[in-house]
Amino acid sequence: MTAHPHSASAITRYLEELFEVEFTFLHVGELAISLAALAPEDREFLLGWTRRIASTNIQIAYQFALRTIELLDRMDRRLIEAWALHAMDTYDRSGLSSGMRIIKEVENFAHQSHERSAGVVFEEIGGIMLNFVHGLSGRRLKLEPGDAAYTDSETLFLPAVIARMQTAKDNFTLCKAMVAMMWAQTRYGSFRVQLPQLLGAYEDSERALKCFHALETLRLQACIARELPGLYREMQKLRTEVGETFPPDWQDFARELGRTEATVEDSLRLLAEAYAGTSLPSLCYQGELHPEAITDCMTARIAKEKILLRVKLAQLEQEVQKHRSTETSDKPVKFGLQEKPEAESGLTALELTLDGAPIAPPEDVRQLITSIQLDLGEIPPEYLVAAGPGEYDPSLYEEKPADPDDVWQGTYHEEGATLYPEWDYGRQHYRKNWCVMREKEVTPVHDGFRAATLQKYSGLVKHLRKTFEAMRDENRLLKRQSYGDNVDIDALVEALADARDGSEMSDRLFIRMHRTERNIAVMFMVDMSGSTRGWINDAERESLVLLCETLETLGDRYAIYGFSGTTRKRCELFRIKRFDEPYNAEVQGRISGIRPQEYTRMGFAIRHLTNLLKEIEARTKLLITLSDGKPDDYNDNYRTRYGIEDTRKALQEAQRSGIHPFCITLDEKARDYLPHLYGAVNYTVIDAVGKLPFKVADIYRRLTS
Amino acid sequence: MEAHTLAPEEHFIRDEPYYEPVGQEIAIFEAAYQNKLPVLLKGPTGCGKTRFMEYMAWRLKRPLITVSCHDDLTASDLVGRFLVKGGETVWVDGPLARAVRAGGICYLDEIVEARKDTMVVIHPLADDRRALPMEKLGTLLEANDDFCLAISYNPGYQSVLKDLKQSTRQRFVALEFNYPAPELERKIVSNESGVALEIAEKLVKFAQMTRNLKGSGLEEGASTRLLVHAAKLMTSHIEPVAACQSAIAQALTDDEEMLAAVQELSSSLF
Repeated sequence: MTAHPHSASAITRYLEELFEVEFTFLHVGELAISLAALAPEDREFLLGWTRRIASTNIQIAYQFALRTIELLDRMDRRLIEAWALHAMDTYDRSGLSSGMRIIKEVENFAHQSHERSAGVVFEEIGGIMLNFVHGLSGRRLKLEPGDAAYTDSETLFLPAVIARMQTAKDNFTLCKAMVAMMWAQTRYGSFRVQLPQLLGAYEDSERALKCFHALETLRLQACIARELPGLYREMQKLRTEVGETFPPDWQDFARELGRTEATVEDSLRLLAEAYAGTSLPSLCYQGELHPEAITDCMTARIAKEKILLRVKLAQLEQEVQKHRSTETSDKPVKFGLQEKPEAESGLTALELTLDGAPIAPPEDVRQLITSIQLDLGEIPPEYLVAAGPGEYDPSLYEEKPADPDDVWQGTYHEEGATLYPEWDYGRQHYRKNWCVMREKEVTPVHDGFRAATLQKYSGLVKHLRKTFEAMRDENRLLKRQSYGDNVDIDALVEALADARDGSEMSDRLFIRMHRTERNIAVMFMVDMSGSTRGWINDAERESLVLLCETLETLGDRYAIYGFSGTTRKRCELFRIKRFDEPYNAEVQGRISGIRPQEYTRMGFAIRHLTNLLKEIEARTKLLITLSDGKPDDYNDNYRTRYGIEDTRKALQEAQRSGIHPFCITLDEKARDYLPHLYGAVNYTVIDAVGKLPFKVADIYRRLTS
Repeated sequence: MEAHTLAPEEHFIRDEPYYEPVGQEIAIFEAAYQNKLPVLLKGPTGCGKTRFMEYMAWRLKRPLITVSCHDDLTASDLVGRFLVKGGETVWVDGPLARAVRAGGICYLDEIVEARKDTMVVIHPLADDRRALPMEKLGTLLEANDDFCLAISYNPGYQSVLKDLKQSTRQRFVALEFNYPAPELERKIVSNESGVALEIAEKLVKFAQMTRNLKGSGLEEGASTRLLVHAAKLMTSHIEPVAACQSAIAQALTDDEEMLAAVQELSSSLF
């Protein structure tokens, strides 16, 4: 990183430029003076981050600089960084005002937290916490950053930074305790009562909610004490650390709710008494309770899961009927549930039965049953009646992928799309969920393009077939091996003669069969941007036809995708051939149907195709790009260094997953930027469009032999 | 016990191995054995397949010849090969041929790992012909009446490359193995290692947690074998959390995040 200026006047000039004061009229004078007074490394740190944020938004950067300058000696560097990134992500997601709110929270946060606090950041621990909560039994919960620790019964929300405790270790434990608490809420049925109605009966429903939450926390922590004693010990330690004790009346509640058989009903029973009292304890790991979020989420889920279970049972029934003999098949089957003898503690393990005999349901049905059981405490009998034909409209329960084109009618949204991050070199960090990517089909065009191409290049095709056939590594016998399946008689005779002769006898007397498997998977990423219109498009299509023909003789696995897009909201990948698709008339039609589209945004395409390649098992994986220019997008900074750096980052990610990227380009200026992207040797520039079909297969041969 | 060398067909199991039946597997295996049917054991690693084979070998009083298959295992590794001895070629039986001759139980562990061509040599042995063609000798070895073929296979890590062909699997009586029910698993862990039942119960609960993680980061949950390992460490005065970490978590995964999560799970339990 370059060194920043250190005199007040130089800093003023630097900031004026950074904040574009000509247009924004921000006052940088005082800021520059305080900056100049800082220790050099603090100044370096602050200016560096301000510059990084300014590449996203100037206002946020300005506020950041103003606020953090006072916090520098009170806050851990790592935390400041986390907040800055959090603010930029929020800005990306929901605009300036939300981003500003986060920046302003830095101050609040710093006031309540300890000096030089060593907090934990969601980014860093989210993965661990998610695995942790999945390891605990029950519904598969999701985990997301939010404003506070609360759950809607499907997703657990955690604050972006947790810094209540002094040390990072304690903060981690606190976070774990919060997660376990929220898990316990879903697991031990805190939400099996109609909270909003019940609380509405109280004059001060806010206080009633708090009381209820505190009572439930007491009950659940007793559950945790029984189920996860190790964690409970840690939770107690946390409480001693922050000095939390219960008022006397609450100690009685704790005793009452600590019984093994206590349920949420007991908490409700004690609610009136607690509400009437004066004290209200709140434990450090208790988080918040948002009854509306829970009710919304649960109502939708309960309705959907009932339908889903009944439909799945109907499918199961059908399957069973198929295997039955014909005479009994008209008798309706009856589903039931029986308790498993070896019940896991707490949640009764249920086994699905069919006409009294236990059957093993598929994993999704098992999870459904668990989820319903968690919501309702039992499986009501009407849930176990298989849905009749046509009883439910499939659209009620099926999650069908939205048609990629429909999404654009009306206000656009991101439903059904895959989101990919993008590297922002100015920020030196990813922009999260930045690209909205959809896979689309290429409409096949059956116009005899393949036949015409084969005709046109008939000589080349013959030549290619011959060279590629020679590449096929055949199984062969290796002679004179020291170990093998069979005796090599020639070697043996020779060795015996040697022995007679008095010279040394070789021990390499065996024949071994050498089997080679050419284990290559290759992904072709074809530029379908508007600039390929005309000759280039024709040449690309011809090259693909020739490639497919030759790859078929070789037997390598390959897939072809086209990429294009307009802005980050519309990144499109066009499926031409998947790995598991045979090279048939349909694929040939699609190759013929490749048409130039929009712009050349590359990062998302590389990331998505890398993911596809990762799923393939192969010793060598190649990602070959056919392109005619550098990364570019509509009215966007993607055509600047930003695009180059993002593409480079995406390629590095691919390499890290063991994929070899290679680029074949028609751009004569490519030598300026391709070495930076692909490395010095991993690209080829083809200077004439007409040569492309001749070259591509040849390059492939060189790459893989 | 002191080390000593045995010919594979002399490997009789003299002491009763500890085995807790889960279902009817003992009766089914015996019936298959009496009817000269080969047996296929399916199930995840460490759930007791090999122990079951030892137990059955003890029960039926037959020698047990185990071959752990690997991806370089060829047909001649099973059937036999010519070796050169003092200027002459000498035929040496492979483990499979020895079992066929001596009437032992030949157990091919993780059969899908072996090369595809090895699978074919067991086909004539696995149907009513019960004969092993010895191509290189030009002879056909008819099986001893006491011979029994058993193979094992883990459907868990089913990659397309490692699937059992229909023509192979349809020759066998299949026995499915899975992790025992919690109650039983607790008993097994406690019996094998000597830990108290309460600790065994916690270990089983911990195993359940790792099995919940299967598919979301872990390839397999903790097997009964791993639980026994952890329990044995604990009887030698290793702290429970440390024992779980070394014997279970580290054995399951190398992924840092997953290790941390598994560590948190075990420290929550103990």
